[in-house]
Amino acid sequence: MFNKLRPVWLVAQRELRDQFRDWRVLAPMSILTLGFPFLMNEFAKQTVDFLNQYNANLILDRLVPFSIMIIGFFPITVALVVALESFVGEKERGTIEPLLTAPFDDWQLYFGKLLVGAITPLIASYISIALYLFMVTRQDLNMPAPTVMVQLFLLTTAHAILMVSAAIVISVQSTTVKAANLLASFIVIPVAVLMQGEAVMLFWGNETVLWFGIAGVLIISLLLIRVGIAHFEREYLLGREIDTFSFKWAFKKFWSDFIDGAVSVREWYGRVLGSSLKRMIPAVVLMVLVAFFSIWLSHKWVVTNVSEIIANASTENIELIEENLGELPDFASMSGHFSAPFLFLNNTRSMVVIFLAGMVSFSVLGVLFYMINVALIGGVYAMFELLGLSPLPIFAAGVLPHGIFELPALLFGSAMVLYIGAVLVTPQRGKSIGEVIIALIADWFKVFVGLIVPLLAVAALIEAYVTPVILQSVMGG
Amino acid sequence: MIETNDLSKQFLDFSAVDGVNLSVQSGQILALLGQNGAGKTTTVRMLTALLKPTRGSARVAGFDVTRNGHDVRASVGVLTEHHGLYMRMTATEYMDFFGKVYNLSSTLRKTRSNHLLEYFGLIEAANRRIGEYSKGMRQKLALARAMMHEPSVLLLDEPTSAMDPESARLVRDEIARLKSTQRTIMLCSHNLTEVELLADKIAIIYRGKILIQGSLDELKKNVLGAPEYIVKFAGGWDAGGLELPKGMELLSKTPTSLKVRVEAPETANPQLMKILSSASAPVVAFQEEVRTLEQVYLKVMAEIKGKEYVQ
Repeated sequence: MFNKLRPVWLVAQRELRDQFRDWRVLAPMSILTLGFPFLMNEFAKQTVDFLNQYNANLILDRLVPFSIMIIGFFPITVALVVALESFVGEKERGTIEPLLTAPFDDWQLYFGKLLVGAITPLIASYISIALYLFMVTRQDLNMPAPTVMVQLFLLTTAHAILMVSAAIVISVQSTTVKAANLLASFIVIPVAVLMQGEAVMLFWGNETVLWFGIAGVLIISLLLIRVGIAHFEREYLLGREIDTFSFKWAFKKFWSDFIDGAVSVREWYGRVLGSSLKRMIPAVVLMVLVAFFSIWLSHKWVVTNVSEIIANASTENIELIEENLGELPDFASMSGHFSAPFLFLNNTRSMVVIFLAGMVSFSVLGVLFYMINVALIGGVYAMFELLGLSPLPIFAAGVLPHGIFELPALLFGSAMVLYIGAVLVTPQRGKSIGEVIIALIADWFKVFVGLIVPLLAVAALIEAYVTPVILQSVMGG
Repeated sequence: MIETNDLSKQFLDFSAVDGVNLSVQSGQILALLGQNGAGKTTTVRMLTALLKPTRGSARVAGFDVTRNGHDVRASVGVLTEHHGLYMRMTATEYMDFFGKVYNLSSTLRKTRSNHLLEYFGLIEAANRRIGEYSKGMRQKLALARAMMHEPSVLLLDEPTSAMDPESARLVRDEIARLKSTQRTIMLCSHNLTEVELLADKIAIIYRGKILIQGSLDELKKNVLGAPEYIVKFAGGWDAGGLELPKGMELLSKTPTSLKVRVEAPETANPQLMKILSSASAPVVAFQEEVRTLEQVYLKVMAEIKGKEYVQ
């Protein structure tokens, strides 16, 4: 094992030595590490004083975990530069080829670069946090709870791995440092959004939710590493010389994958769509299991938590709920508000969102959205139970008629997203990442156009015109 | 040794190397000649297991380049088109790093590094940053790095480019020494004089295809025809009635010289000498017409491009 890891350290060690001789890396890293905690501390104090003028009562203690996250993140931004440069920079300087001719395995080179990208910024980040914590102790502020500290430590580490692994994927795909820097917005923007979400979680103070957030970031980081290894090929680093994107080529490739030689709609449905569906059978099975799990989980959560709320609720509130439930909507007029095109477009948009979220997160967010959609069934079912209503007739009348079409559409669309994620993180020898992505988009389009859109169209028609009528008759107007 | 069979590499719709068959035995030097973009670098990259052939196969040092890439890379020393030097390192650090890459012991790394740096005249600058080196010094250091692990196969791309004549001579001597130690060497070069001096076999590649290959003599014979000889006479001597031996063709005749093309010089030339001697011809010189690799190369390239060969 040690012999296998030796080259990893060798690659990293050489670059670390190089880094510590480069003032362009050292200077910003030192300034960010040593200067930023003071700046952040002062900023926090000023913010609190300012808000207190308006009786906003922001307590400085609440800002400490947030400040730690931000302070920890800033030195990590250097990781992005180092990692972006890792392969493409060496390629540009011509130093990559002797390294590639070395008797190293691809994964050893990859992890060597990953290590060098993450190690220095992470150490800087930890030093920065330690410095800030020292300042916290000197200001009679409360230190965050040990659990929160562990969460922040994991979050900082996950950020570094996320950024470095994403940057390496970009570095491998680029032919110039300039191109890599341009592509870096694909890292910077999602990470910025991610940090906003994490900041909300930190201010909210719900540890459980933050654990889920950390798990999500770590899973995406690990998947990015997997993608990096899967698509890291010596050949790819040397075989491409220019960064020209050909729309014509991309469209041609997409169209050829989409049609796949079919000469009639019948053949396309039978052979082409059939083979795409066949490929995603394991994903469909898995998503069925995920659906059952989500329904069970949401049902259990509602039964446990909502019954507690109901038990503790005042009589007035209970009466209010009952009063509201008594005022059931006029189902006859629903068809006017929820027209078939509206329902169809709404559901189609959801499927596209699941696809896009899945594409940018290697299916993690796509599956999460699917789980939320499916979990609603379990949750609403449990709510009806808690309120003493019989859920089965309501579900049979209100969900089943269009659900027969809508749920399979959701299932296949989400399974496709899971399949896409699985393919992206699996080595596809002899194919560039661009070819793989185009083939996957074509696959998704096949399922979308051939199966999901027709199912959603039928579901929308039933939901708009049939479901309200059935519901009306079941609920008795 | 290096053996390739129908070795080919396709990049989308561009055929970089197309059906290359080469064979280089231990103790031999093969020179691969061709224009820029002819497919030399792609061939070398396939032989170092950096690129996977799209068709055909190759074995280097006994290992298949597709299946045993790791072993191939451990057995070859490569001097790439770009030196690939780390500018912030010193030469000593650089050699030590690559010594570690090839898993050499600390003692061996030091011994070999010192020996190579000494040999290439870099020992005095060994502790200076490579960024401060001249172009020639960098080239020498890159070559020293390729030799650090004493590979059984060496793939050298322009080994003497940017070097002063003295350094180039040093490198040529080293390549000749390596050949004498039964190493297999493949040389890509535009320096045809150097190739003539070093290569046992020469292959000319054009648009990914090998146009011709063989020893220098074979190439000359196949491309330029049978060797030509000039006989020079003192004063004006009439060679009018001279009967040439069989297999010898008269190309030109003047009162002071005679130019012939000979299919089999080893048998025909002694006969001609005998005839000239018996005719009391005042021979002052009998020499082979100098025909260079450059002539061979230019003619091959001109023929393939459909142009007239201009002497």
